[in-house]
Amino acid sequence: MKLPSPRSASVASVIAGAAISAFLAFPAFAANDPTPNPGDTAWMLTSSALVLMMSIPGLALFYGGLVRAKNALSILSQTFAIVALVGVIWTIYGYSLAFGDGGSLSNYIGGFNKLFLKGVTAASNAATFTPGHVIPEYAYFVFQMTFAMITPALIIGAFAERMKFSAVLLFVAFWVTVIYFPIAHWVWGVADPNALVDAATQLAAAGDEAAKAAAQAKIDEINAAVGWLAGKGALDFAGGTVVHINAGIAGLVGAIIVGKRIGFGKEALPPHSLTLSMVGASLLWVGWFGFNAGSNLEANGATALAFVNTMVATAAAALSWMIVEWLVKGKPSMLGLITGAVAGLVAVTPASGYSGPVGAIVLGLAVSPICLFFVDFVKKMAGYDDALDVFGVHCIGGITGALATGILVNPDLGGVGITDYTNLETYAGTYDMVTQMKAQGIAVVATLLWSGVGSAILFKLVDIIVGLRPTPDQEREGLDITDHGERAYNY
Amino acid sequence: MKIVTAIIKPFKLDEVRDALTNIGVHGLTVTEVKGYGRQKGHTEIYRGAEYAISFLPKLKIEVAVDAAVVDQVIQAISNTARTGQIGDGKIFVTPLERAIRIRTGETDADAL
Repeated sequence: MKLPSPRSASVASVIAGAAISAFLAFPAFAANDPTPNPGDTAWMLTSSALVLMMSIPGLALFYGGLVRAKNALSILSQTFAIVALVGVIWTIYGYSLAFGDGGSLSNYIGGFNKLFLKGVTAASNAATFTPGHVIPEYAYFVFQMTFAMITPALIIGAFAERMKFSAVLLFVAFWVTVIYFPIAHWVWGVADPNALVDAATQLAAAGDEAAKAAAQAKIDEINAAVGWLAGKGALDFAGGTVVHINAGIAGLVGAIIVGKRIGFGKEALPPHSLTLSMVGASLLWVGWFGFNAGSNLEANGATALAFVNTMVATAAAALSWMIVEWLVKGKPSMLGLITGAVAGLVAVTPASGYSGPVGAIVLGLAVSPICLFFVDFVKKMAGYDDALDVFGVHCIGGITGALATGILVNPDLGGVGITDYTNLETYAGTYDMVTQMKAQGIAVVATLLWSGVGSAILFKLVDIIVGLRPTPDQEREGLDITDHGERAYNY
Repeated sequence: MKIVTAIIKPFKLDEVRDALTNIGVHGLTVTEVKGYGRQKGHTEIYRGAEYAISFLPKLKIEVAVDAAVVDQVIQAISNTARTGQIGDGKIFVTPLERAIRIRTGETDADAL
């Protein structure tokens, strides 16, 4: 989901000017009542299915292969159950809280006007980023649902092998409600470009001062109602902050609060099947095209750019991790290749629609050594047990990507520059590195704080209600048997 | 009667089996085992976490034979399982008191 970057100082005059020409050239804009394009609709539904495939089976297998055989089913079950749970929550109130009308709180949260999908029908539409374009609201609803499903599923890797199933589900229900829906709103609660263009058209056509003032007030109202991070001009194409930094820091907090696995640092806790992990990581890569390229909400050239960036950054990151590991540890490992690929996917997520392909390759090459440093060195120094490196890969990779986006968007580096979803060229303003990096930094810090502190409180709450941790005997026996009464492998 | 127990490298199983068949041994039990001797283990690295793997996979074969052919059996196993590298394994010989073939009830030498 592209973020707008309103430079509000010059908005009014610029929009007015652009709208005059638009109005004269395309009278149709006067009655801006678009209908969904079948190509866009088909792409968004395809993307939604691809993002679901990232969670199940992609992420489930990637994580499932990395734990010991006695906990393989617990990971698969947790991931599958989270997908199902969030699917229901999203329909009942999640979509409304994230994308409903927040009224006076609309900078921070959606509202209750779309509870139980009130008002959402096969005929209702959702805005994209181009005036004159919409997609069916059901397509937008289900695409966003798949993001809400995968984000909490990412978290569980940090405290894998040692948290009770009941605690995981309760935490996820709380977490999406208090952490994810608001942050999704902060970043993706953007203005409807059709409404902006309508208001700008009215402003241009206004005959007297009163009509002008009314139209201007309408524009200001639309711009003032966006999510507060969106309003800051932070760029996050597909969810580097909302999904990856958010999940990564929540995972770290969870890993610390629930404590280390029994035997951590003393006995070997090796992955039980890197074969499954490789299959899972590969499905993640494929599904990520829906995640990143789908985030354009339309099927056009910008979609193809996001697709290409997702491809090349991931290839570069896999290669980079392999080479660094080969040099430092002596052998190029399969796990290194797929971990690098995931780090690359995470890093390119916010940059996918803004960077040029060569910039994306540079980002991919850079992110792997940074993540490897955290996964190998920092984790050992600090002594936390982030079992599947959710913090080291998703949070650190996400921060790397979020900050790099502010640089790679620079047109001088092959980026697309500060574009604006209204496509009113001059409305967008020009790229300024300091301004942009400030906006990126604010988005990163805000996400770290809200998710970090909020998750800590939620984990404590869940600990009080059902208890986070199984008994030591249960943990030793494995969560497959103690939580689910079944085994991953019977042979 | 004796039980000859041999710990061998897994890839040597077929050669050992052929050699034993050639000298008239008609039955063999194989178990996948792990252990260590003079052969050092190896190190596995997962995202920088290094694990010393000191127990290596081996096969344990057990043959029950008449005491008269024990030396032949030992010879056959030694010749075929040997690579000359550390880790080729060991052979243990233990006395066997009785043997019974379950299907027919035959005992001792007849049951082997």
